[in-house]
Amino acid sequence: METVIRQRASVPRPHVTRDELEPSLFETSSPKFGMWLFIVSDALTFGALLAGCGFMRLLSPQWPVQTQVFDMRLITFMTFMLISSSAVMAMAVAAARNRNRPHAIRFLLATIAGGIVFLGCQAYEWVHFIHEGARPFSNPWGVPQFSASFFVITGFHGLHVLSGVALLATVAVRALFDKYSAEGIELAGLYWHFVDLVWVFVFAFFYLL
Amino acid sequence: MPVLEQTAVVRAHDLGFIRKYVFSTDHKIVGLQYFFTAFAMAIVGGLLSVLMRLQLAWPSQMWPALEQIFPKGMAGGVMAPEFYLSLQTMHGTIMAIFVLTALFTGGFGNYLIPLQIGARDMAFPLLNMLSYWVYLLSCITIIIAFFVEGGAPISGWTAYAPLSTVPEAGPGQGAGQTIWILAIALFTVSSMLGVLNYITTILQARTKGMYMKRLPLNIWGMFSSSLISILVFPVLLGAGVLLLADRIAGTSFFVPAGLVMGEKILSHSGGHPLLWQHLFWFFGHPEVYIVIVPAMGIAAEILATFIRKPVFGYKIMAVCWIAIVALSLIVWGHHMFVSGMNPLLGGVFALTTLLITIPSAILVLCWVVSLWDARIQFTSPMLFALGFISVFVTGGLGGFFLGSAWTDIPLHNTYFVVGHFHLTMAVSPLFAAFAGVYYWFPRMFGRMMSECLAKVHFWITITGAYAVFLTMHVIGIGGMIRHSYDPTQYAFMRSLQPLNVFVSYAAFALASAQLVFIFNFIWSLFRGRKAVANPWKANTLEWTAPAPIPHGNWNGPLPTVHRWPYDYALAADRDYLPQDAPGSYIGG
Repeated sequence: METVIRQRASVPRPHVTRDELEPSLFETSSPKFGMWLFIVSDALTFGALLAGCGFMRLLSPQWPVQTQVFDMRLITFMTFMLISSSAVMAMAVAAARNRNRPHAIRFLLATIAGGIVFLGCQAYEWVHFIHEGARPFSNPWGVPQFSASFFVITGFHGLHVLSGVALLATVAVRALFDKYSAEGIELAGLYWHFVDLVWVFVFAFFYLL
Repeated sequence: MPVLEQTAVVRAHDLGFIRKYVFSTDHKIVGLQYFFTAFAMAIVGGLLSVLMRLQLAWPSQMWPALEQIFPKGMAGGVMAPEFYLSLQTMHGTIMAIFVLTALFTGGFGNYLIPLQIGARDMAFPLLNMLSYWVYLLSCITIIIAFFVEGGAPISGWTAYAPLSTVPEAGPGQGAGQTIWILAIALFTVSSMLGVLNYITTILQARTKGMYMKRLPLNIWGMFSSSLISILVFPVLLGAGVLLLADRIAGTSFFVPAGLVMGEKILSHSGGHPLLWQHLFWFFGHPEVYIVIVPAMGIAAEILATFIRKPVFGYKIMAVCWIAIVALSLIVWGHHMFVSGMNPLLGGVFALTTLLITIPSAILVLCWVVSLWDARIQFTSPMLFALGFISVFVTGGLGGFFLGSAWTDIPLHNTYFVVGHFHLTMAVSPLFAAFAGVYYWFPRMFGRMMSECLAKVHFWITITGAYAVFLTMHVIGIGGMIRHSYDPTQYAFMRSLQPLNVFVSYAAFALASAQLVFIFNFIWSLFRGRKAVANPWKANTLEWTAPAPIPHGNWNGPLPTVHRWPYDYALAADRDYLPQDAPGSYIGG
């Protein structure tokens, strides 16, 4: 019995190529499609958090005026850094597609630098905010939900930026050792654009509105 | 240059035992791992309900033997109220999430999706393996909740705030509740890894000729269920983050001001328990469709095989499932009619809830019309599929009363609700699962299960299920309140006690009948009759793979599909025509 199975199993099987399958409905590869699905689901997690914080704000008798609490110049600079890094990321993807490895690596490193500057500013903002007396359960400016929302939303987004930087660093190191694919860089780029897009929503709904 | 789609085709004989059967990326092994783990969890969840039925039929009775097993919860042999509540919480959590959600897409989906669409494996085999191991970790985590200080949580499977937000709310609300949240978060991650695979595989890895309109009905069910999962589980994760922040960091998203718990006023202020209910039910209601839609798919698939004629309404069914996906996202408010809601909003949610009964009713209609004038083969899988339809219709009728705000308000806090959701969400999916096991057992293990024992199992199970859960509807109309650990506590409920005793006896019979299934399963695994290649004479692709199915599913090239899966009774000499049979068959 065992030998029969072994014989069957040792029949060499070909790798499956796209030609043997039904054409993709979206004319895209599976990894890219999977990344899009992940982005949809992650967007809904942020949706839940933002909706929860919006609910809190509607419930609160008054909400602190954000411009009096936060240094808006810093926040605008952070936003600028993140959006610029997204633009540089797009250039890295284009370079990888054109098989221009040195350019791709250079642009990837610039994107990572943008992410790190953003994280640094955010760390500074947290320290400053806590130093001024903000806690998850209370703050000097008004309802406790204000600081609670701040910590949860920027914390959760910050974790995403951190994992994005880690992902980009992995891709960059692989590119350095010439073990990369244009698609791998594109997938990391998709994730990075998504994290930046979420920040635009956080910026609009938490800091501006 | 052709794009390499799946690189997971590894020669099985190269792998050792551990890589082949334990840390395997083969979708069939992952599916079976899911299947057996969910099965073990079902036994745990079932035993918890037996303990609850003991208490509800004979409150304050001494059970000295049980004190040996649960020294704290059954101190002196009598069940403590908080132990009853923790049994209820854990029974609901384990059954709804760790058994049913995992069993259908995780167990059956993993095993069947690649085989039925003609793929060698899932699109991302490594993520698939990870999905199972994170699921196992989440199962272990939820079981640990029983053994920590204070025991398992008592806030119900819905973890209603503010009960779930502060440790002062009761025993089990400390470490137990935190572990509960962690287990749910782990399950969410596992589910995400799984459904990413199922959706991508179904859309991207179909073999030549397997157009979307030729997919087996079972695959449509798995696909629709996965779509719901990817949209609502992330919201549960978000809600879990906020709940954990309330518990650990001291925020008050869900805790109102001035709350008194454990004889002291809490310092929280400004939160609202309704936020938790909105976020939870945005997940919680679609969750029942995550379970029931693949169950419908399995039942429809089996029904289509045993009516021996083309199934009625293939396209209608697919459209109905997609409609259910969309509508399931806007009905959650019907769980909150008594929580405090603007009557206008209540009316809107009642309307959307009644709207979602339309695709469900059309699905049932398709199945009944399919049975019309059919040459039905009453095999054990078919019996269970018919049982599924019966129980689903009966349970669904109760839904009309609970979906309308006006009739829900008097019934909401009674056993009517318990009876209703057990019939629709627990018993009918389990019937579909049993049907699936009896049907695909020969494909999975190469042997047939005993038909005789299966029929005994069926008749006791369907009688027992109706006896338990229809009676619960009656008890509920009689006014018995939910979450009550002692039904004799209030005078107005005492007259219902004989019915409670009856339900308990019926529940014990129902539980014992499952021993017949377990015996049949294990006995058939080793001693069952050897299965022939296509024992049910079905058309779908999983029966065309060699036995045992190798890693990569087909030894030669992938099968090419030429037709839809339900070409039965084409002519007197052509009873069935598999999907991969070449050419167009013109009768005669």
